[in-house]
Amino acid sequence: MICDICKKADATVHLTQIVEGKILKVDLCEPCAKSKGVQDAAGFSLAELLGGFAPAAAASATSEETQSESANVSCPTCGMSQADFKKIGRFGCAQCWETFSDGLAPLLKAMHKSDRHIGKVPGKAAHTLVINEKIQLLSDELQKAIRGEKYEAAARLRDEIRSWEAKLKVA
Amino acid sequence: MDWVEEEGPQRKIVMSSRVRMARNLRGFAFPGWAKKTERQRSLETMQPIVEKVPEMSGCFSATMDSLSALDKQVLVERHLISREHAAKNVGSAIVVNDRETIAVMINEEDHLRMQALKSGLQLKSAFKVIDKVDSELEEKLDFAFSPRLGYLTACPTNVGTGMRASAMLHLPAMVLSEQINQVIQAVGKLGLAVRGLYGEGTEALGNVFQISNQTTLGEKETEVIERLNKVVLQIIEHEENARINLLEKKARLVYDQVGRAYGILTNAYAMNSKEAMNLLSLVRMGTDLGLFPPGTQRVIDELFILTQPAHVQKTMEKKLTAEERDLSRADLIRTRLKELARPGETGLEPPAGGEPENV
Repeated sequence: MICDICKKADATVHLTQIVEGKILKVDLCEPCAKSKGVQDAAGFSLAELLGGFAPAAAASATSEETQSESANVSCPTCGMSQADFKKIGRFGCAQCWETFSDGLAPLLKAMHKSDRHIGKVPGKAAHTLVINEKIQLLSDELQKAIRGEKYEAAARLRDEIRSWEAKLKVA
Repeated sequence: MDWVEEEGPQRKIVMSSRVRMARNLRGFAFPGWAKKTERQRSLETMQPIVEKVPEMSGCFSATMDSLSALDKQVLVERHLISREHAAKNVGSAIVVNDRETIAVMINEEDHLRMQALKSGLQLKSAFKVIDKVDSELEEKLDFAFSPRLGYLTACPTNVGTGMRASAMLHLPAMVLSEQINQVIQAVGKLGLAVRGLYGEGTEALGNVFQISNQTTLGEKETEVIERLNKVVLQIIEHEENARINLLEKKARLVYDQVGRAYGILTNAYAMNSKEAMNLLSLVRMGTDLGLFPPGTQRVIDELFILTQPAHVQKTMEKKLTAEERDLSRADLIRTRLKELARPGETGLEPPAGGEPENV
Protein backbone atom coordinates (compact mmCIF):
# COMPACT_ATOMS: atom_id res chain seq x y z
CA MET A 1 0.00 0.00 0.00
CA ILE A 2 1.48 3.37 -0.96
CA CYS A 3 1.06 6.76 0.71
CA ASP A 4 -1.99 8.79 -0.38
CA ILE A 5 -0.05 12.05 -0.26
CA CYS A 6 3.38 11.49 -1.82
CA LYS A 7 2.28 8.38 -3.76
CA LYS A 8 5.83 7.04 -3.34
CA ALA A 9 6.69 5.66 0.07
CA ASP A 10 5.03 2.69 1.77
CA ALA A 11 2.06 3.69 3.92
CA THR A 12 2.45 2.74 7.57
CA VAL A 13 -0.12 5.07 9.16
CA HIS A 14 -3.74 4.09 8.50
CA LEU A 15 -6.59 6.35 9.52
CA THR A 16 -10.36 6.04 9.34
CA GLN A 17 -13.04 8.53 10.36
CA ILE A 18 -16.69 9.20 9.66
CA VAL A 19 -17.02 12.67 8.18
CA GLU A 20 -20.49 13.86 7.26
CA GLY A 21 -21.67 10.31 7.11
CA LYS A 22 -18.88 9.13 4.83
CA ILE A 23 -16.26 6.71 5.96
CA LEU A 24 -12.92 8.22 5.03
CA LYS A 25 -9.73 6.18 4.98
CA VAL A 26 -6.27 7.51 4.47
CA ASP A 27 -3.00 5.65 4.28
CA LEU A 28 0.12 7.70 4.87
CA CYS A 29 3.85 7.14 5.04
CA GLU A 30 5.72 8.14 8.20
CA PRO A 31 7.16 11.47 6.87
CA CYS A 32 3.87 12.62 5.31
CA ALA A 33 1.96 11.74 8.49
CA LYS A 34 4.42 13.82 10.50
CA SER A 35 4.28 16.76 8.11
CA LYS A 36 0.48 16.77 8.40
CA GLY A 37 0.73 16.84 12.18
CA VAL A 38 -0.65 13.36 12.73
CA GLN A 39 0.57 12.18 16.11
CA ASP A 40 -2.44 11.03 17.99
CA ALA A 41 -5.10 9.70 15.67
CA ALA A 42 -7.85 10.53 18.13
CA GLY A 43 -6.81 14.12 18.63
CA PHE A 44 -7.09 15.66 15.20
CA SER A 45 -9.63 15.96 12.48
CA LEU A 46 -9.21 13.79 9.47
CA ALA A 47 -11.48 16.18 7.60
CA GLU A 48 -8.92 18.94 8.08
CA LEU A 49 -6.07 16.72 7.06
CA LEU A 50 -7.95 15.54 4.01
CA GLY A 51 -8.57 19.13 2.91
CA GLY A 52 -6.83 18.87 -0.46
CA PHE A 53 -7.38 15.27 -1.41
CA ALA A 54 -10.70 14.45 0.21
CA PRO A 55 -12.60 13.39 -2.92
CA ALA A 56 -9.98 10.83 -3.88
CA ALA A 57 -9.79 9.38 -0.40
CA ALA A 58 -13.57 9.26 -0.07
CA ALA A 59 -13.81 7.46 -3.38
CA SER A 60 -11.25 4.86 -2.37
CA ALA A 61 -13.15 4.35 0.86
CA THR A 62 -16.35 3.45 -0.92
CA SER A 63 -14.59 0.91 -3.11
CA GLU A 64 -13.10 -2.20 -1.52
CA GLU A 65 -14.31 -4.00 1.57
CA THR A 66 -16.98 -1.61 2.85
CA GLN A 67 -18.86 -1.80 -0.41
CA SER A 68 -18.43 -5.36 -1.65
CA GLU A 69 -18.82 -7.43 1.51
CA SER A 70 -21.49 -5.73 3.51
CA ALA A 71 -23.28 -3.40 1.12
CA ASN A 72 -26.37 -5.58 1.13
CA VAL A 73 -26.55 -6.03 4.87
CA SER A 74 -29.62 -4.52 6.52
CA CYS A 75 -30.43 -4.35 10.21
CA PRO A 76 -33.07 -7.02 11.01
CA THR A 77 -34.54 -4.82 13.75
CA CYS A 78 -34.85 -1.36 12.20
CA GLY A 79 -34.25 -1.99 8.49
CA MET A 80 -31.29 0.38 8.16
CA SER A 81 -28.93 -0.60 5.33
CA GLN A 82 -25.18 -0.08 5.09
CA ALA A 83 -25.86 2.59 2.46
CA ASP A 84 -28.25 4.40 4.83
CA PHE A 85 -25.63 4.38 7.56
CA LYS A 86 -23.01 5.76 5.22
CA LYS A 87 -25.34 8.50 4.09
CA ILE A 88 -26.49 9.63 7.56
CA GLY A 89 -23.49 8.63 9.66
CA ARG A 90 -25.85 7.55 12.45
CA PHE A 91 -27.11 4.11 13.39
CA GLY A 92 -30.83 3.32 13.32
CA CYS A 93 -31.09 1.34 16.56
CA ALA A 94 -29.03 -0.45 19.20
CA GLN A 95 -29.08 -3.65 17.11
CA CYS A 96 -27.30 -1.83 14.23
CA TRP A 97 -24.12 -1.89 16.32
CA GLU A 98 -24.22 -5.68 16.01
CA THR A 99 -25.42 -5.72 12.40
CA PHE A 100 -22.69 -3.43 11.12
CA SER A 101 -19.97 -4.58 13.50
CA ASP A 102 -17.68 -5.67 10.64
CA GLY A 103 -14.98 -3.10 10.13
CA LEU A 104 -16.19 -1.00 13.05
CA ALA A 105 -13.18 -1.62 15.28
CA PRO A 106 -10.60 0.32 13.22
CA LEU A 107 -13.09 3.16 12.80
CA LEU A 108 -13.65 3.35 16.56
CA LYS A 109 -9.94 3.11 17.26
CA ALA A 110 -9.26 6.03 14.94
CA MET A 111 -12.05 8.04 16.52
CA HIS A 112 -11.45 7.19 20.17
CA LYS A 113 -8.71 6.00 22.47
CA SER A 114 -9.54 2.33 21.89
CA ASP A 115 -12.42 0.15 20.75
CA ARG A 116 -13.31 -1.05 24.23
CA HIS A 117 -15.51 0.52 26.92
CA ILE A 118 -14.00 0.71 30.41
CA GLY A 119 -16.38 3.24 31.95
CA LYS A 120 -19.68 3.00 33.80
CA VAL A 121 -21.70 -0.21 33.65
CA PRO A 122 -25.42 0.00 34.42
CA GLY A 123 -26.45 -1.94 37.54
CA LYS A 124 -28.54 -4.45 35.61
CA ALA A 125 -25.79 -5.15 33.09
CA ALA A 126 -23.22 -5.41 35.88
CA HIS A 127 -25.34 -8.14 37.47
CA THR A 128 -25.49 -10.05 34.18
CA LEU A 129 -21.77 -9.63 33.57
CA VAL A 130 -20.87 -11.00 36.98
CA ILE A 131 -23.12 -14.06 36.52
CA ASN A 132 -21.77 -14.70 33.03
CA GLU A 133 -18.25 -14.64 34.40
CA LYS A 134 -19.25 -17.04 37.16
CA ILE A 135 -20.82 -19.43 34.64
CA GLN A 136 -17.68 -19.28 32.50
CA LEU A 137 -15.50 -20.18 35.49
CA LEU A 138 -17.76 -23.07 36.52
CA SER A 139 -17.87 -24.38 32.94
CA ASP A 140 -14.08 -24.48 32.85
CA GLU A 141 -14.06 -26.42 36.12
CA LEU A 142 -16.73 -28.74 34.75
CA GLN A 143 -14.59 -29.55 31.71
CA LYS A 144 -11.64 -30.28 34.01
CA ALA A 145 -13.77 -32.55 36.21
CA ILE A 146 -15.03 -34.49 33.18
CA ARG A 147 -11.52 -34.91 31.83
CA GLY A 148 -10.40 -36.16 35.28
CA GLU A 149 -13.39 -38.54 35.34
CA LYS A 150 -14.60 -36.94 38.59
CA TYR A 151 -18.25 -37.44 37.75
CA GLU A 152 -19.65 -36.62 41.15
CA ALA A 153 -17.96 -33.21 41.12
CA ALA A 154 -19.03 -32.72 37.50
CA ALA A 155 -22.69 -33.33 38.39
CA ARG A 156 -22.47 -30.83 41.23
CA LEU A 157 -20.88 -28.22 38.94
CA ARG A 158 -23.53 -28.84 36.27
CA ASP A 159 -26.30 -28.17 38.81
CA GLU A 160 -24.55 -25.07 40.02
CA ILE A 161 -24.26 -23.76 36.45
CA ARG A 162 -27.96 -24.44 35.90
CA SER A 163 -28.94 -22.50 38.99
CA TRP A 164 -26.85 -19.48 37.84
CA GLU A 165 -28.40 -19.71 34.39
CA ALA A 166 -31.85 -19.65 35.98
CA LYS A 167 -30.86 -16.46 37.86
CA LEU A 168 -29.71 -14.94 34.59
CA LYS A 169 -33.10 -15.62 33.04
CA VAL A 170 -34.88 -13.93 35.94
CA ALA A 171 -32.60 -10.89 35.66
CA MET B 1 -30.72 30.42 36.03
CA ASP B 2 -29.11 29.35 39.29
CA TRP B 3 -25.78 28.70 37.66
CA VAL B 4 -25.50 32.38 36.68
CA GLU B 5 -26.38 33.63 40.16
CA GLU B 6 -24.18 31.21 42.08
CA GLU B 7 -20.56 32.08 42.63
CA GLY B 8 -18.69 28.94 41.54
CA PRO B 9 -14.94 28.40 41.88
CA GLN B 10 -12.71 30.07 39.25
CA ARG B 11 -15.73 32.05 38.13
CA LYS B 12 -13.56 34.92 36.89
CA ILE B 13 -12.49 32.84 33.92
CA VAL B 14 -14.72 29.76 33.95
CA MET B 15 -18.32 30.84 33.44
CA SER B 16 -19.84 27.38 33.74
CA SER B 17 -19.18 23.63 33.72
CA ARG B 18 -21.39 21.13 32.01
CA VAL B 19 -21.53 17.33 31.75
CA ARG B 20 -23.95 15.54 29.48
CA MET B 21 -24.73 11.85 29.00
CA ALA B 22 -26.28 10.20 25.95
CA ARG B 23 -28.47 7.16 26.59
CA ASN B 24 -30.77 5.05 24.42
CA LEU B 25 -33.50 2.55 25.05
CA ARG B 26 -33.28 -1.03 23.93
CA GLY B 27 -36.10 -2.05 21.61
CA PHE B 28 -36.82 1.37 20.07
CA ALA B 29 -35.24 2.76 16.91
CA PHE B 30 -33.07 5.83 17.58
CA PRO B 31 -35.03 9.11 17.22
CA GLY B 32 -33.44 10.16 13.92
CA TRP B 33 -34.41 6.87 12.25
CA ALA B 34 -37.68 6.07 14.05
CA LYS B 35 -41.06 6.74 12.45
CA LYS B 36 -43.19 9.43 14.07
CA THR B 37 -45.42 6.94 15.91
CA GLU B 38 -42.43 5.06 17.32
CA ARG B 39 -40.88 8.32 18.47
CA GLN B 40 -44.13 9.21 20.22
CA ARG B 41 -44.23 5.78 21.88
CA SER B 42 -40.67 6.06 23.21
CA LEU B 43 -41.41 9.61 24.39
CA GLU B 44 -44.49 8.40 26.27
CA THR B 45 -42.30 5.76 27.93
CA MET B 46 -39.54 8.16 28.98
CA GLN B 47 -41.15 11.51 29.79
CA PRO B 48 -43.12 10.48 32.93
CA ILE B 49 -40.10 8.58 34.27
CA VAL B 50 -37.77 11.55 33.76
CA GLU B 51 -40.28 13.86 35.47
CA LYS B 52 -40.37 11.59 38.52
CA VAL B 53 -36.61 11.53 39.16
CA PRO B 54 -36.15 13.18 42.63
CA GLU B 55 -33.64 15.72 41.23
CA MET B 56 -36.28 16.92 38.76
CA SER B 57 -38.91 17.85 41.35
CA GLY B 58 -40.87 20.93 40.33
CA CYS B 59 -39.59 20.54 36.80
CA PHE B 60 -40.71 22.24 33.64
CA SER B 61 -41.66 19.56 31.13
CA ALA B 62 -42.96 20.17 27.62
CA THR B 63 -43.16 18.44 24.27
CA MET B 64 -41.32 20.33 21.55
CA ASP B 65 -44.46 20.77 19.43
CA SER B 66 -46.11 22.63 22.32
CA LEU B 67 -43.40 25.31 22.48
CA SER B 68 -43.27 28.42 20.31
CA ALA B 69 -40.21 29.09 18.15
CA LEU B 70 -39.35 31.97 20.51
CA ASP B 71 -39.55 29.80 23.65
CA LYS B 72 -37.33 27.19 22.03
CA GLN B 73 -34.78 29.86 21.17
CA VAL B 74 -34.85 31.10 24.78
CA LEU B 75 -33.97 27.55 25.89
CA VAL B 76 -31.07 27.45 23.41
CA GLU B 77 -29.76 30.79 24.65
CA ARG B 78 -29.88 29.45 28.21
CA HIS B 79 -27.86 26.40 27.12
CA LEU B 80 -30.70 24.07 28.14
CA ILE B 81 -31.33 22.57 24.70
CA SER B 82 -29.23 22.25 21.54
CA ARG B 83 -30.01 24.12 18.35
CA GLU B 84 -30.82 20.73 16.82
CA HIS B 85 -33.36 20.01 19.54
CA ALA B 86 -35.01 23.40 18.98
CA ALA B 87 -35.83 22.20 15.45
CA LYS B 88 -37.75 19.15 16.78
CA ASN B 89 -41.52 18.95 17.08
CA VAL B 90 -43.86 15.99 17.66
CA GLY B 91 -42.23 13.09 19.51
CA SER B 92 -39.54 15.11 21.33
CA ALA B 93 -39.56 16.87 24.68
CA ILE B 94 -37.52 18.82 27.20
CA VAL B 95 -37.56 18.41 30.97
CA VAL B 96 -35.73 21.03 33.08
CA ASN B 97 -35.50 21.17 36.88
CA ASP B 98 -36.72 24.32 38.62
CA ARG B 99 -33.19 25.68 39.17
CA GLU B 100 -32.32 25.16 35.49
CA THR B 101 -29.23 23.18 36.50
CA ILE B 102 -30.39 19.84 35.06
CA ALA B 103 -31.92 19.48 31.60
CA VAL B 104 -33.01 16.31 29.85
CA MET B 105 -33.66 16.39 26.11
CA ILE B 106 -35.87 13.51 25.06
CA ASN B 107 -35.51 12.25 21.50
CA GLU B 108 -32.80 14.58 20.29
CA GLU B 109 -30.20 12.55 18.35
CA ASP B 110 -30.34 9.93 21.11
CA HIS B 111 -33.35 8.93 23.18
CA LEU B 112 -31.95 10.78 26.18
CA ARG B 113 -29.44 13.60 26.36
CA MET B 114 -29.16 14.76 29.96
CA GLN B 115 -26.93 17.49 31.30
CA ALA B 116 -25.95 19.08 34.57
CA LEU B 117 -24.87 22.72 34.53
CA LYS B 118 -22.83 24.35 37.32
CA SER B 119 -21.40 27.78 37.96
CA GLY B 120 -17.61 28.15 37.59
CA LEU B 121 -15.22 25.21 37.38
CA GLN B 122 -17.17 22.32 38.91
CA LEU B 123 -16.80 19.51 36.39
CA LYS B 124 -16.55 16.81 39.04
CA SER B 125 -19.62 17.94 40.89
CA ALA B 126 -21.59 18.34 37.62
CA PHE B 127 -20.58 14.78 36.75
CA LYS B 128 -21.78 13.49 40.12
CA VAL B 129 -25.17 15.14 39.65
CA ILE B 130 -25.81 13.73 36.20
CA ASP B 131 -24.35 10.32 37.10
CA LYS B 132 -26.93 10.08 39.89
CA VAL B 133 -29.78 11.09 37.57
CA ASP B 134 -28.55 8.46 35.09
CA SER B 135 -28.47 5.74 37.76
CA GLU B 136 -31.99 6.62 38.86
CA LEU B 137 -33.30 6.49 35.29
CA GLU B 138 -31.52 3.22 34.68
CA GLU B 139 -33.59 1.53 37.35
CA LYS B 140 -36.76 2.28 35.41
CA LEU B 141 -35.53 2.21 31.81
CA ASP B 142 -33.74 -0.51 29.87
CA PHE B 143 -30.69 1.23 28.39
CA ALA B 144 -28.94 -0.12 25.30
CA PHE B 145 -25.56 -1.25 26.61
CA SER B 146 -22.88 -3.59 25.36
CA PRO B 147 -20.16 -4.84 27.73
CA ARG B 148 -17.61 -4.31 24.96
CA LEU B 149 -18.75 -0.97 23.52
CA GLY B 150 -20.55 0.57 26.48
CA TYR B 151 -23.63 2.73 26.05
CA LEU B 152 -24.80 2.46 22.44
CA THR B 153 -25.53 5.76 20.74
CA ALA B 154 -26.82 6.87 17.34
CA CYS B 155 -23.44 8.36 16.38
CA PRO B 156 -20.20 6.37 16.75
CA THR B 157 -18.51 9.50 18.14
CA ASN B 158 -20.53 9.17 21.36
CA VAL B 159 -20.45 5.42 21.99
CA GLY B 160 -18.94 4.15 25.25
CA THR B 161 -19.49 6.55 28.11
CA GLY B 162 -21.83 8.74 26.03
CA MET B 163 -20.33 11.55 28.06
CA ARG B 164 -19.34 15.02 26.91
CA ALA B 165 -17.91 17.29 29.60
CA SER B 166 -17.28 20.93 28.84
CA ALA B 167 -16.23 24.18 30.45
CA MET B 168 -17.19 27.62 29.17
CA LEU B 169 -14.18 29.91 29.41
CA HIS B 170 -13.89 33.67 29.11
CA LEU B 171 -10.48 34.34 27.56
CA PRO B 172 -10.27 38.00 26.52
CA ALA B 173 -6.56 38.46 27.29
CA MET B 174 -5.61 35.42 25.22
CA VAL B 175 -7.58 36.89 22.32
CA LEU B 176 -6.15 40.41 22.80
CA SER B 177 -2.61 39.05 22.93
CA GLU B 178 -3.30 36.77 19.97
CA GLN B 179 -2.37 33.58 21.82
CA ILE B 180 -5.74 31.94 21.45
CA ASN B 181 -4.99 30.03 18.25
CA GLN B 182 -1.94 28.43 19.84
CA VAL B 183 -4.11 27.28 22.72
CA ILE B 184 -6.77 25.89 20.41
CA GLN B 185 -4.13 23.90 18.54
CA ALA B 186 -2.44 22.61 21.69
CA VAL B 187 -5.76 21.57 23.21
CA GLY B 188 -6.72 19.79 19.99
CA LYS B 189 -3.62 17.63 20.23
CA LEU B 190 -4.73 16.48 23.68
CA GLY B 191 -7.93 14.99 22.28
CA LEU B 192 -10.02 17.93 23.45
CA ALA B 193 -12.12 20.24 21.28
CA VAL B 194 -12.52 24.02 21.44
CA ARG B 195 -15.81 25.47 20.21
CA GLY B 196 -17.74 28.73 20.22
CA LEU B 197 -20.42 29.85 22.66
CA TYR B 198 -23.24 27.66 21.38
CA GLY B 199 -21.28 24.53 20.56
CA GLU B 200 -20.15 22.96 17.33
CA GLY B 201 -19.66 25.33 14.43
CA THR B 202 -20.53 28.48 16.35
CA GLU B 203 -18.56 31.69 16.66
CA ALA B 204 -16.63 32.53 19.82
CA LEU B 205 -18.70 35.62 20.62
CA GLY B 206 -17.63 37.75 23.56
CA ASN B 207 -14.31 35.89 23.84
CA VAL B 208 -16.18 32.89 25.25
CA PHE B 209 -14.90 29.43 24.33
CA GLN B 210 -16.13 25.96 25.14
CA ILE B 211 -13.60 23.24 25.71
CA SER B 212 -14.72 19.62 25.83
CA ASN B 213 -13.56 16.01 25.50
CA GLN B 214 -13.72 14.52 22.02
CA THR B 215 -13.49 10.81 22.76
CA THR B 216 -15.91 8.61 24.68
CA LEU B 217 -14.43 5.14 24.34
CA GLY B 218 -11.48 3.57 26.17
CA GLU B 219 -11.34 5.95 29.10
CA LYS B 220 -13.29 6.09 32.35
CA GLU B 221 -15.66 8.99 32.95
CA THR B 222 -13.69 10.15 35.98
CA GLU B 223 -10.42 10.06 34.01
CA VAL B 224 -11.91 12.19 31.24
CA ILE B 225 -13.16 14.72 33.79
CA GLU B 226 -9.79 14.76 35.54
CA ARG B 227 -7.95 15.32 32.27
CA LEU B 228 -10.27 18.12 31.16
CA ASN B 229 -10.05 19.72 34.60
CA LYS B 230 -6.25 19.76 34.43
CA VAL B 231 -6.23 21.34 30.98
CA VAL B 232 -8.77 23.97 32.05
CA LEU B 233 -6.60 24.86 35.07
CA GLN B 234 -3.65 25.30 32.74
CA ILE B 235 -5.65 27.53 30.41
CA ILE B 236 -6.73 29.61 33.42
CA GLU B 237 -3.09 30.09 34.33
CA HIS B 238 -2.26 31.14 30.76
CA GLU B 239 -5.15 33.62 30.71
CA GLU B 240 -4.08 35.06 34.07
CA ASN B 241 -0.51 35.43 32.85
CA ALA B 242 -1.71 37.04 29.65
CA ARG B 243 -3.70 39.54 31.72
CA ILE B 244 -0.73 40.36 33.95
CA ASN B 245 1.42 40.73 30.87
CA LEU B 246 -1.08 43.05 29.20
CA LEU B 247 -1.29 45.19 32.33
CA GLU B 248 2.47 45.39 32.61
CA LYS B 249 3.18 46.16 29.00
CA LYS B 250 0.01 47.72 27.64
CA ALA B 251 -1.93 49.02 30.63
CA ARG B 252 -3.12 52.09 28.75
CA LEU B 253 -4.45 50.00 25.92
CA VAL B 254 -6.35 47.73 28.31
CA TYR B 255 -7.86 50.64 30.26
CA ASP B 256 -8.71 52.36 27.01
CA GLN B 257 -10.55 49.32 25.66
CA VAL B 258 -12.44 48.74 28.91
CA GLY B 259 -13.30 52.44 29.22
CA ARG B 260 -14.54 52.64 25.65
CA ALA B 261 -16.64 49.52 26.07
CA TYR B 262 -18.17 51.02 29.22
CA GLY B 263 -18.77 54.29 27.39
CA ILE B 264 -20.58 52.67 24.48
CA LEU B 265 -22.62 50.27 26.61
CA THR B 266 -23.86 53.05 28.90
CA ASN B 267 -24.62 55.54 26.12
CA ALA B 268 -25.73 53.60 23.06
CA TYR B 269 -29.35 53.58 21.85
CA ALA B 270 -29.02 50.76 19.33
CA MET B 271 -26.82 47.69 19.56
CA ASN B 272 -26.74 44.28 17.90
CA SER B 273 -26.04 41.19 20.00
CA LYS B 274 -22.56 40.61 18.60
CA GLU B 275 -21.39 44.09 19.54
CA ALA B 276 -23.05 43.75 22.95
CA MET B 277 -21.28 40.45 23.65
CA ASN B 278 -17.89 41.81 22.68
CA LEU B 279 -18.25 44.99 24.74
CA LEU B 280 -19.69 43.13 27.74
CA SER B 281 -16.69 40.82 27.55
CA LEU B 282 -14.33 43.79 27.98
CA VAL B 283 -16.29 45.12 30.98
CA ARG B 284 -16.21 41.60 32.45
CA MET B 285 -12.43 41.61 32.12
CA GLY B 286 -12.33 45.12 33.60
CA THR B 287 -14.19 43.76 36.64
CA ASP B 288 -11.59 41.01 37.06
CA LEU B 289 -8.88 43.69 36.94
CA GLY B 290 -10.59 45.63 39.71
CA LEU B 291 -11.93 48.49 37.59
CA PHE B 292 -15.51 47.79 38.61
CA PRO B 293 -16.98 46.55 41.91
CA PRO B 294 -16.89 42.74 42.32
CA GLY B 295 -20.68 42.28 41.96
CA THR B 296 -20.48 43.59 38.40
CA GLN B 297 -19.51 40.23 36.99
CA ARG B 298 -22.87 38.68 37.79
CA VAL B 299 -24.70 41.56 36.12
CA ILE B 300 -22.53 41.11 33.04
CA ASP B 301 -23.05 37.32 32.96
CA GLU B 302 -26.80 37.85 33.17
CA LEU B 303 -26.61 40.40 30.37
CA PHE B 304 -24.64 37.90 28.26
CA ILE B 305 -27.85 35.85 28.20
CA LEU B 306 -30.52 38.56 28.48
CA THR B 307 -29.16 40.43 25.45
CA GLN B 308 -29.51 37.39 23.16
CA PRO B 309 -32.20 37.88 20.49
CA ALA B 310 -34.89 35.60 21.93
CA HIS B 311 -34.38 36.89 25.47
CA VAL B 312 -34.77 40.51 24.34
CA GLN B 313 -38.09 39.60 22.73
CA LYS B 314 -39.15 37.61 25.79
CA THR B 315 -38.43 40.63 28.01
CA MET B 316 -40.40 42.91 25.69
CA GLU B 317 -43.15 40.26 25.53
CA LYS B 318 -43.46 40.51 21.77
CA LYS B 319 -41.86 39.51 18.52
CA LEU B 320 -39.45 42.17 17.29
CA THR B 321 -37.57 42.82 14.07
CA ALA B 322 -33.78 42.86 14.23
CA GLU B 323 -33.76 46.69 14.27
CA GLU B 324 -36.34 46.83 17.06
CA ARG B 325 -34.34 44.30 19.03
CA ASP B 326 -31.22 46.45 18.75
CA LEU B 327 -33.10 49.40 20.30
CA SER B 328 -34.56 47.31 23.14
CA ARG B 329 -31.19 45.67 23.77
CA ALA B 330 -29.44 49.04 24.13
CA ASP B 331 -32.20 50.24 26.50
CA LEU B 332 -31.85 47.11 28.60
CA ILE B 333 -28.08 47.42 28.87
CA ARG B 334 -28.19 51.15 29.70
CA THR B 335 -30.73 50.52 32.45
CA ARG B 336 -28.83 47.62 33.98
CA LEU B 337 -25.49 49.43 33.90
CA LYS B 338 -26.85 52.77 35.18
CA GLU B 339 -25.70 52.02 38.71
CA LEU B 340 -22.24 51.08 37.58
CA ALA B 341 -19.61 53.72 38.38
CA ARG B 342 -17.11 54.73 35.70
CA PRO B 343 -14.08 52.44 35.52
CA GLY B 344 -11.37 53.35 37.98
CA GLU B 345 -13.64 55.36 40.28
CA THR B 346 -14.19 52.43 42.57
CA GLY B 347 -11.15 50.25 42.12
CA LEU B 348 -7.73 50.39 40.60
CA GLU B 349 -6.59 53.72 39.34
CA PRO B 350 -5.67 53.79 35.68
CA PRO B 351 -1.93 54.14 35.06
CA ALA B 352 -0.84 57.70 35.84
CA GLY B 353 2.08 58.22 33.44
CA GLY B 354 1.78 61.33 31.29
CA GLU B 355 3.83 59.89 28.49
CA PRO B 356 1.87 57.84 25.99
CA GLU B 357 2.97 54.25 26.23
CA ASN B 358 4.37 52.33 23.38
CA VAL B 359 1.37 50.14 22.56
